[in-house]
Amino acid sequence: MTISVPSSILQSAQRAFPFGPPILELEQISLRFGGVQALTNISFNVLEHEIRAIIGPNGAGKSSMLNVINGIYRPQEGSITVRGEHLAEMTPTHAAEIGIARTFQNIALFRGMSVLDNIMAGRNLHMHATFMEVALQLPRARREETENRAVVEEIIEFLEIEHIRKVPVSRLPYGLQKRVELGRALAAEPTILLLDEPMAGMNIEEKQDMCRFILDVNDHYGTTVVLIEHDMGVVMDISDRVVVLDYGKKIGDGTPDEVRSNQDVIDAYLGVAH
Amino acid sequence: MTTGNSGLDTFPKLLLHHSEQRGERPAIREKSRGIWRTVSWRELAEEAAALAVAASVHGLQRGAHVALLGDNRPRLYAAMCASQCLGAVVVPLYQDAAADEIASVIRSAKVTHVFAENQEQVDKLLAILPRCPSLRCIVYDKDRGMRHYRQPELVSYASLLQQGRQLIAEKRAFLQAEVARGTGEDTAFVFFTSGTTGPAKGVVLTHAALIDRARVAAAIGDLKDTDVAMAYLPPGWIGQNLFGYVQPMVVGYCICCPESSDTMLADMREMGPTYLLATPRVLEALLKQVLLRMAETGGFKQRLYRYCMAAARRVNARRLAGESVSIGDRLVSMVGDLLIRGPLRDVLGMSKVRVAYTAGDAIDGDLLMFFRALGINLKQLYGSTETGFFVAVQRDGAIKPDTVGLPVEGVELKLTPQREILVRSPGLFKEYHGDAATTARAKNAEGWFHTGDAGYLGEDGQLRIIDRMANVGALRDGAHFAPKLIENKLKFLPYIKEAVAFGDGRDMVCALIDIEMAATSRWADRKSISYTGHADLASRDEVYALIADCIDKVNAQLASEPALAQCQIHRFAILSQELSADDGALTRTGKLRRNAIAEKYRALVEAMYGGRSEARLEGSSGEEPAEVKIRDAKLVAPAQTRKAA
Repeated sequence: MTISVPSSILQSAQRAFPFGPPILELEQISLRFGGVQALTNISFNVLEHEIRAIIGPNGAGKSSMLNVINGIYRPQEGSITVRGEHLAEMTPTHAAEIGIARTFQNIALFRGMSVLDNIMAGRNLHMHATFMEVALQLPRARREETENRAVVEEIIEFLEIEHIRKVPVSRLPYGLQKRVELGRALAAEPTILLLDEPMAGMNIEEKQDMCRFILDVNDHYGTTVVLIEHDMGVVMDISDRVVVLDYGKKIGDGTPDEVRSNQDVIDAYLGVAH
Repeated sequence: MTTGNSGLDTFPKLLLHHSEQRGERPAIREKSRGIWRTVSWRELAEEAAALAVAASVHGLQRGAHVALLGDNRPRLYAAMCASQCLGAVVVPLYQDAAADEIASVIRSAKVTHVFAENQEQVDKLLAILPRCPSLRCIVYDKDRGMRHYRQPELVSYASLLQQGRQLIAEKRAFLQAEVARGTGEDTAFVFFTSGTTGPAKGVVLTHAALIDRARVAAAIGDLKDTDVAMAYLPPGWIGQNLFGYVQPMVVGYCICCPESSDTMLADMREMGPTYLLATPRVLEALLKQVLLRMAETGGFKQRLYRYCMAAARRVNARRLAGESVSIGDRLVSMVGDLLIRGPLRDVLGMSKVRVAYTAGDAIDGDLLMFFRALGINLKQLYGSTETGFFVAVQRDGAIKPDTVGLPVEGVELKLTPQREILVRSPGLFKEYHGDAATTARAKNAEGWFHTGDAGYLGEDGQLRIIDRMANVGALRDGAHFAPKLIENKLKFLPYIKEAVAFGDGRDMVCALIDIEMAATSRWADRKSISYTGHADLASRDEVYALIADCIDKVNAQLASEPALAQCQIHRFAILSQELSADDGALTRTGKLRRNAIAEKYRALVEAMYGGRSEARLEGSSGEEPAEVKIRDAKLVAPAQTRKAA
C-alpha cells in the first residue's frame, strides 16, 4: 500500500527549519525486564527539526524505545542526552518539562470530556494559578485561561476539528480521536514530539490526513518528530531518517532509501530463520 | 432605512458612506478560532482602501476583471470592495469549482488578478496558469502550507495589506479620485451562471442595476442596519452576493461568516440571523434532519411533535386562506409553540428570523408550509442572475404556496403565447460577457428578457411558475408533463435526495431516484439490514420496497389532482451513485442538468421504457459497470380518487 504525500514538499522545496545539531542522543541503551532482553545496546540520534521513524516487526522493541526516551522505563545501561545535556535519570515529568510530548498507541484521552477540554489538559505545564485562584476565578486564573484557550484554538484550527470542539471524545470515530490526541500533545508546545503508532488501525483516508498533519506540524512549528510505525509505506514517505529494530537490536539506520535496500531489514520484514 | 442616498450609485461610494454614518457598527462578523470577531464598517473601508492602493501597484486597472475564489470570508469581501474602488469588475467563483471550470472563466473574462482563500485554491490556479496568459497576480489569504511556493505571481494578502497601509497616506487622493470616477453604469460583477443547459455564460451586471434591486428588496423586507444575515451559500451564486454584499452595502446590515460549513448550524444558532436566504436544497436538508431526529426519539415526544405540527399546519393554512381560527385551535397552537415549535426554531437557529426567502429553484409547497407552520416567515422569491434576482416576491398576508408572489416594484412582466415569462426591469443584466449573439437572443431591442421559464399570472396578479420552458412537455396522450413538480414531491420525502422524472414524448412517467444516504442508512440500521456502501444499499430489495412505498404516496397525491393524474410514476430505478456537480449531473447550485443525466443514464432510461427489470450501466472513465434494477410502482386509479373526493 502506498500513501500519497506530495513529494515536492519533501524533496525539492527548501525546508522552513533546516536540520540542526542532534537534539536527542541515545547511547548504548539496554533494557531488561527480568530475564527478557527488550533492548540491546542501541544507539542513535535525532537531529533538530527532523522526522525520525523507528520501525520494526511486532515485538521488536519500538514502544520500549519510546518509553525509554519518555522516561517511563529506565534502562539498565546507556545514556540519554537532550540538547547536549546529559540526563542521568529521565522521568515522565522531567521529559514533559524539557519539551517532550507524546501520544499513545492505545488512545489515552479523557473519554467523557470534550475535545476542547482534552486539548486544554495538554496546557497543564503552562498553567500556574493555584487551585483556589481557579476556583474563585481570580484575575491570574482568568488571564491564563484566556491565553491558553487562544493557543488551543489555534491547534483546533490547525487540525481542522472546529466542528467537534464541544463533542465528548467518546462519541468520536477512531481517526478523529487520534487527531485529538495529537492536538493534546501539541498543546504542550513540545520541541520533540513522540508518536506511538499514530496511524494504527486507520483507513487510507485517515492515514493520509494524519501524514499531512505530521508533515504540517514539522513544517509549521519546526517540531522534531520521533514516530513509531509498522506500516513501512507510510514511514518511508514521510520520514527523513529511519531506525530499524528487530528483536531489540538495531539492524538498520539511515534514509528511507538506504534502509529499503538494507538486506537485514528485508530479511526482518520478509522473515528469515534466526 | 436608506435615505438621502441618491448620489451613492456605486458600492465603493456606499462603503464610504457607511464608514462615515455607522463607522463603529459591525459590517462583517467571522467566527475564527472559536471566537466571533467583528469588522466594523470603518475597518472594512480602511482595509479595502489599503488593499486597493496596493492592488493598483500590482497592476490592477479600471475595467480589469478580478476573480474571487474561496469561501465566504471577510477578507474576500474586502477584496471585492477594493477591486470595485479601482473600477475593476468582480467575478465571484464557486469555491468547489474544478480547475478546468476556473480556467474557462479566467480565459473568457481575461481575469488579471485572483484573490484565493487558501493553498487548495492556489494549487488549482497554479495548475491552470500556463493556459491563462491574462492571469498576472494571485493573492492568497491563508498562508498555511504556502511557505514553499516561490512563483512570482503569488503574493500574500497580509503583505499586500501591509504594503497598502504604508502607501495609503500618499495615495489617498488618487484613491478618492478613482472612487469618484465610478458611475452606476459601470459593470460591478460578472456572474458565471452554472446553466442547466450548455456551458457557463458570464452575466454582466452594473452597480446601478444591483443597487436598484437591493433598494426595492430593502423596502419590501423593511430592512434596517440592525439586521443580521448569515453568509453561508456558495459565493459564486448571485443570491449569496445580493444577501451578503449588495444588500448590506445598501442597508448597512451585518453579515456573519460561519467558521466552516460543518459548524454552520451551531454558528447560525449563536448569531441568530434576522434576515435569511435559503435554497430549497438547504431547507430540504434541514427538514430531513428534523424528521430523522424525530423518528429516533421516544414515542411520547413523537406523538407530541406530530400533534403540535398538525395543529400548526391547520392554523397556518386557515390564516393564509384568510379564515378565522377557533379559540381551541389558538390555544393548542400557543401551547405547541411553547413546547415544540419554539425550541425547534431555536435548534435551527431561526428564532430571530424576521424575513426569510427561498430562492434559486422551485420549492415544494409542503416544504414551504412546514417552515411557515414552524413560525418562520419564509417566502418565495423568484428571479435569476440575468434579472438581478428580485423579480417577484411573496408578500406578507398574501402568501399562496403555489405562487411566487407579486412582481416587485419596477418589474414589468409579459407572457408569450407559449407561456414563457418575459421580464423588463431596471435590475436586468447588461449583456452576456463577450457574447453579443447570445445577448441578442435573450434580450430583445425593447429590453425584454426571455427567462426561459414557463409560467402564468393568476387573476390575483400573482406569478406562478410551471417549470423551465425546455422541461415542459407532454406525454404521448397529450397530458401536460412538468417534471419539477413531480420531483419536488418525491424530494419532500425523507429517503429521497434527488429524483429525475422522464416523460416528455413518452407514454408514461418514469423516474430515477437518488436515495438520501443518511436517512436510508439509519433506516437500514433499524431494520438490521447490513450493507457495504451506497451502491450496495441502493440495490437492496428492501430499499426498493421502501422507495416504492414513497412513490405510492406521491402517486396518490398526483392522482388526487385531475391535471396531474396522468403523470403518476409507472416505473423507477435507484441510482447506485450520488448525482454530483463534479460529474456534471448537477450545477454548482445543485440543480439537475437533465441533458447530461439523460445522456449518462441513457441505457437505464431505455430499459425502463423497454419494460425490462434491470439494466447494465457501463461506468464512465474507470468506474465499474453496474447492474441496476428497475421496479414498477403502484398506480392509483383516478376514478377511485374521484369517488373518494
